[in-house]
Parts: sequence; structure tokens; C-alpha cells
Amino acid sequence: MSIKDYKIIDHEYDVVIVGAGGAGLRATLGMATAGLSTACITKVFPTRSHTVAAQGGMSAALANMGEDNWKWHMYDTVKGSDWLGDQDAIEYMCREAIPAVIELEHYGVPFSRTEEGKIYQRPFGGMTTNYGEGTAQRTCAAADRTGHAILHTLYQQSLKHKAEFFIEYFATDLIMDDGVCRGVMAWDLATGDLHRFRGHEVVLATGGSGRTFFSATSAHTCTGDGNAMVLRAGLPLQDMEFVQFHPTGVYGAGVLITEGVRGEGGYLTNSEGERFMERYAPNAKDLASRDVVSRAMTKEINAGRGVGADKDHLYLNLQHLGPEVINERLPGIAESARIFSGVDVSKDPIPVLPTVHYNMGGIPTNYRGEVVTINGGDPDSVVPGLMAIGEAACVSVHGANRLGSNSLLDIVVFGRAAAIRAAEVIEPNTSHKLLDEAITSKLLERFDKIRYADGGTPTAVIRDKMQRTMQKHAAVFRTGETLQEGVDLMKDVFTSFADVGVTDRSMQWNTDLVETLELDNLLIQAQTIMAGANNREESRGGHAREDFTERDDENWMKHTLAWVNDKGEVNFDYRPVHMYTLTDDCEVIPPKKRVY
Amino acid sequence: MAEFKLPANSVLKIGKTYPAPEGARNIKIFKVYRYDPSNGENPSIDTFHVDMDNCGPMVLDALLKIKSDTDASVSLRRSCREGICGSCSMNIDGQNTLACTKAIDDIKGDVTVYPLPHQPVVKDLVSDLTNFYAQYASVEPWLKSDTPAPPDQERLQSVDDRKQLDGLYECIMCACCSTSCPSYWWNSDRFLGPAALLNAYRWISDSRDDATGERLDELEDPFKLYRCHTIMNCTNACPKDLNPAKAIASIKKLMVERKG
Repeated sequence: MSIKDYKIIDHEYDVVIVGAGGAGLRATLGMATAGLSTACITKVFPTRSHTVAAQGGMSAALANMGEDNWKWHMYDTVKGSDWLGDQDAIEYMCREAIPAVIELEHYGVPFSRTEEGKIYQRPFGGMTTNYGEGTAQRTCAAADRTGHAILHTLYQQSLKHKAEFFIEYFATDLIMDDGVCRGVMAWDLATGDLHRFRGHEVVLATGGSGRTFFSATSAHTCTGDGNAMVLRAGLPLQDMEFVQFHPTGVYGAGVLITEGVRGEGGYLTNSEGERFMERYAPNAKDLASRDVVSRAMTKEINAGRGVGADKDHLYLNLQHLGPEVINERLPGIAESARIFSGVDVSKDPIPVLPTVHYNMGGIPTNYRGEVVTINGGDPDSVVPGLMAIGEAACVSVHGANRLGSNSLLDIVVFGRAAAIRAAEVIEPNTSHKLLDEAITSKLLERFDKIRYADGGTPTAVIRDKMQRTMQKHAAVFRTGETLQEGVDLMKDVFTSFADVGVTDRSMQWNTDLVETLELDNLLIQAQTIMAGANNREESRGGHAREDFTERDDENWMKHTLAWVNDKGEVNFDYRPVHMYTLTDDCEVIPPKKRVY
Repeated sequence: MAEFKLPANSVLKIGKTYPAPEGARNIKIFKVYRYDPSNGENPSIDTFHVDMDNCGPMVLDALLKIKSDTDASVSLRRSCREGICGSCSMNIDGQNTLACTKAIDDIKGDVTVYPLPHQPVVKDLVSDLTNFYAQYASVEPWLKSDTPAPPDQERLQSVDDRKQLDGLYECIMCACCSTSCPSYWWNSDRFLGPAALLNAYRWISDSRDDATGERLDELEDPFKLYRCHTIMNCTNACPKDLNPAKAIASIKKLMVERKG
């Protein structure tokens, strides 16, 4: 079949949003109500996006349950980021958190309530009062199903405002024309048709790429498609070496058990029944930052104090919380623990293990959601026509380590920010520049080549090899030797994709082809993670090197930018961390040693 | 006497059989519904012998293993694999449920896997849920309030008022309930089905919502609401242990009460 045989259906919109998780839906809603013609393309029905799986909550210094201040939230986030976060963006996020969560409540999110009828807030890791002194109750929760509650409400609001969705459309590539993004190509799974969406801004809200690893809390669909599209467009990703391991994934199944369990008073124990976090974080204990807890757990297991037949995991205890707290605040994880580990949480602890959970890195943007890159010495040069939000983006508000409950915040705040910015820069219904057909042809060629790939290696075999290599070589603790080995192995895996074989040639709901396109997306991102980890010779946040155990602000307080060529080779450059605030309302938080 | 027959192009054929890998000793048989819209052939049932010593505990694990090891063309929806996204709803062992939370060990004998009943099939286990989603949207499932929200703070809601939403807001829109309902099979063009009605009742029950009268008016219809005959399949099917039948009964009760 020649690429001329593909019929292309054309669409023109002011904005095209790719992804319908929390960030994509909040942006869609904001842009549609701002009077922009808006299309939201999504590979899964909106309420099936992975935001739905967020459990514990969304941070905002509402002070409903004790003293709080958005500046303390900002301090915690900067410290949590191990000073790799951009302080202008962090100021923006923490300040906007308060109106953002109030807005969600007004939309109808069924938050849990305090006795006074206000939004219930629980403690979460790394969230403190008075710049590290006390424990803050800052994380707004709807039981332990906060992501579900927020995502469904945002979808409902999108229905109310009659936003236009293209559901179960798989976006394949950005349409780039001389450094400007002009739109996106997508494949309608139900009919098998290909579509060309033109937009004055394309907003990537495509989430993270947890599925580069073997064991992740991430959904099967978390393949970072937008990140890969950006790399193929010749643009860089930022800080991809920073991968968050969530301390409490269910042993074996890898499904998430919220940090809210520890927020409500749960704790970890080792084979001696010891609450070991007291040794690693004397103040915050089980509510230290996720990177700190995951490292402590790994050390306990390595020291032979793991539990189970292979001594390879630990216990999360919530038996002492009592049925009332469990039924009211943690019903979802009680269900997950029962189904996936056969545990009755009122009687027995849950077997858990640090599990890949979140990409701090992603597509570099400013706090308005515009994608940036280095251009002629300008490290904040905006890529025209392209925005990114949510886990796909690296604003960077999470730096080297994200605090729990800052991601539901991130998606809502920056989804809204992107909508505000788009309304500023786009004149509604302006015409679109004529496109050279050669641009589309090149994108079709790639699609067609993968569709008819007839190599000898099944998609699943290459995927398995990638995931196992990443799991082994880019783990909680990393060293130069194993990383270099990982880089070499991942290069082989990348090259092996040339021999991939797709067995299904059809166009309607061909999930063999979907998974192969997703694998192609994962492979290119995996290169940036592994090579980035090998390149960064220091320990900071989620990136812990056994051969460079300290943070090195002199040489490494900078964002990694990584480009990948078609051979899978990675090139690096750097952007400075924004050590300035957005307004004079707060001061820059200077780096210091990070202790919990 | 009435004669019921499937249309000729829907009659199931016997499909392919795939043996277990050599040396496998713990084998479970999966009978999976296959339909490919691109070849014009009737749907069929393929038989896969799966080595359970190398397979995860859930039906979804087995289906993905089949897809990885045996036949990559098997199509199904799946995402979170932890029972919260609602993608992998299908009919397993005669029951509508989520493949990701259905343990293989709970199934005696061979495991039959079909798409959700009485929905158009797009391919294999993927059914067309367009009508189901449209019915959800038709109940206008969003907060309607006559009073403007306070500008700088949340609307207040008591702990008890918030409790009224438990068992309602957790719906994951998997469609297991609606597609298990015989009334819905007959009248899905006009009966809204348990999922949409549960979501209507979720907003009727919300102390912040002022549109109960309007919502009840919309449902006051011989088909939209009253095709529910309390068969209870919906409640039996719900993989989240919700009770749509009770929500529907509550709506009917409100209808009676407001007539006085």
C-alpha cells in the first residue's frame, strides 16, 4: 500500500489538546469557555485517563484544618524538588492552588468534609508548616479516590460546556513546519481513518511514561506519547533522569497504595517489626519525601531486613487505624489490598515495594504552559504553536522529586494557565497557514512503515526487554558502571526495533499496531532516562548515585536537556534553574542541605 | 411460535485452537470471542491453552499474555489494571465484570470471554459504547445551583450530607450494569439504564445541587426510568459493589412522594 492510498480527514481549530486527563480536560474547559474553537483528542475515553487512579489528594494551603500559608507550601515544594524546581513556577502553582481547589469544589467535586463542612485536608509527605517545623494538613481529599472525583467532575463540566472530543483517537505525530507547530496527526481507532488536526496551539497533555519500566503504578496507557512526538520533532526533553519511585506499590501487582495511608497514621515496618523510618528521617518519619522513603526501604531490604520468603519487600501497617478511619478515609485501598494481595487491612499489613510512579521530567515549559527550548543562547525561547501541561510537561515545579499531592495540583493549575495563555495569544477563527504536503507524507511514511513492519521480533518481546533493562539499570540507587551498561543495552534494544513484527495490518481497533506505536514512543524516551542518569554525576532528589552520593550545586544545579536522533543517540545541553520568584510577595529560597 | 435466531452474519463459528507451550503442566483454557470487521467473516470463538505457571492471577493478565505470546491481534480495551478506569469491562464466565479484578482462580472450568452483551461489537472484545455515553450525558451530570458559589471559599456541606454521595459518586462508567440488564437489552434506545440513572441520582442526592425538580421532570417518562423492573442484574454485576437498583428505586420513590 502506498501512502497516497491513505485518505486524510482535515480539521481546523483554534486549539487542539492531546490528552483528556486532568490537565487536558482543565485546558479544554478553559479554552472552550474562552471562546476558542477547541478540539480534545484522546486515546482513551476521558474518565479512563490515569488521573482517575490518583488517590490521596490535591495540595492547597486552605488552612481548613490548622494554620497554613502558600509560602510554606512553596518552601516545601522547593525543598522537595531538591532545589531543581524553578521558583517562579513553584510560586505560581502554590499561590494558585487555593483558587484552583475552590474552583473544583464549585464545579462539584465530592470532597470529604470537616465537621464545619469545609474541604477535608490530610497530612502528606514533605508538607510542613512554618518552613519545615510542623506537619501541615494541606492535602484536599475525596476519601482515597480524589483523582477519580476530580477527573469525573472535569469531564462533567466539559459536557456542560459542550467541549468537542475526539475519543479513542491515537495521536501519532506533531505537524512541524520550520520550527513552528501547526497541528497533529491522529488515527481514529473506531473507523480506522487518519485525521489531520490544525491548531494555532497544540497542547500536549499526554501524561508520563511509567511503562518504560517493568513495575510501575502507571496504567498500561502511560506511554508518554506526547514526549515522544516532541523528541521526533527535534525538540528536547528536560530532566528525564528524575523518575519517582512511590514507596508503596503493592508487592507483585505494582498497584498504588496512597501516601494518604501514612498521612492518616499508617507506618512501614521491616522483618524485625521495626518502624525503620524513625532512623532515616527522625522528624518526618514515614511522612518524609517519597525519594527519601524509597531509598530507606531499599536500604532495609539490601540489609536483609525485608519481609516475605525472599525478604524482598516490606510491610505497610494500618491495622491500628480502626474501621472508622479505614471505611471513611481509605476505602479504596482496602479494596485494592484485598484484591491484589489478599490482605484484610484491618487485620494484616500490606506487602509493599518502591514502584515507578511519576516522571518529574518532560517537555520543558514556562509557567504559562508554553514549550521552551534553547535557541541561540536564549534558554527560555518559546516554541511557537506548542504547549505542554501535566505530567508530560517539566515546568519545572517538581524539580528532582515531586511531593505527593502536588501532581493533581499541577494538572489543574497549569491546565488553567495554558487556557489563559492561549486566550491571550490566539485571535479566534484566524485562518491556518497552508501546509506543504511533504510534511504530512513524511509522517504517513512512518505510520505506514510500522503498520507493515514484518520483522521477526514481536512487539511484546522488545517491550519486555526494554522494561527489564530499565528496571535493573535505572533503579532507586544507580552507579556509573551499571548505568553505562544500561546505556549500551538500551541502545541494542532501540536498534532491535528495526526488526519488529506487527501481525495485524487492519486499521480498525488494531491494538497490535497501537502497542507498537506506543513501544516506539517508549523506546525513544527510555534513552533520555538512562543516558540522562548516566550523564548526571551527582545525587539529587529521585536520582541517587552510589558513586556520587552528594548533591553538587556548583556543577549540577541545572536542568538537563536531552535530544535523541534517529539512531537513538542522546545529546545534552542545559538550562539554568530559575532561582527567582515571580513577584515580590515572597523571597527566593536558597539551597541548603535537605533533611527531614 | 416465535422463532429467535441470530442474523446470519452474527452466528458464532468455531475458531482457531492454540495449544499450550511444550512442557506446560498447569493449563487453563480460555475461550475468547473474536470478530474482525475487516474480513467480512462471522465472529468465532478461539481457544487458547494458557500456562498458568507463567501467568498473573487476573483474567486481564491471561488476555495480555495471550496477546503477547500467542496472538497479538486480539483486541481489548485496558488501562489502569486496578479496577478504577473501567476500560476492561467484558463478559467473563457469563458475568459482566472487569478483567483486571476478576481472579482466574475464581472460575471453575474453562474461562469464556465475550464482549459486553447487547452492544455493537467493533472488534473482538471492544464494543461500541456511544449510546451508553450519550445516555450518561443526557442526565446532565453536573452541579446545578441557583445560588452563586461564595467567591473565595468552598460551598459548605455537612459530613452527613456528603455521606449521601457514598455508593454513588464512585461509578467508573464501565457499563457492566447497563449491559447486564434485560430491560436495557430490549429498550436501550429509550430506557436510560442503571448507570445513567445512578449518576442522575448522584446529583439529586447532592446537597449542593438545586435541580432535583428539573431532574425528576426529565426522568418522568414511561421508558427513561420506568423500564426498570427491579431485576437487580445491575447490582449483581457492579464490580465496584455499588447498588444502581437501589438508586433507581430511590428515584421512583421521590417521584411518588412529590405527587403527594
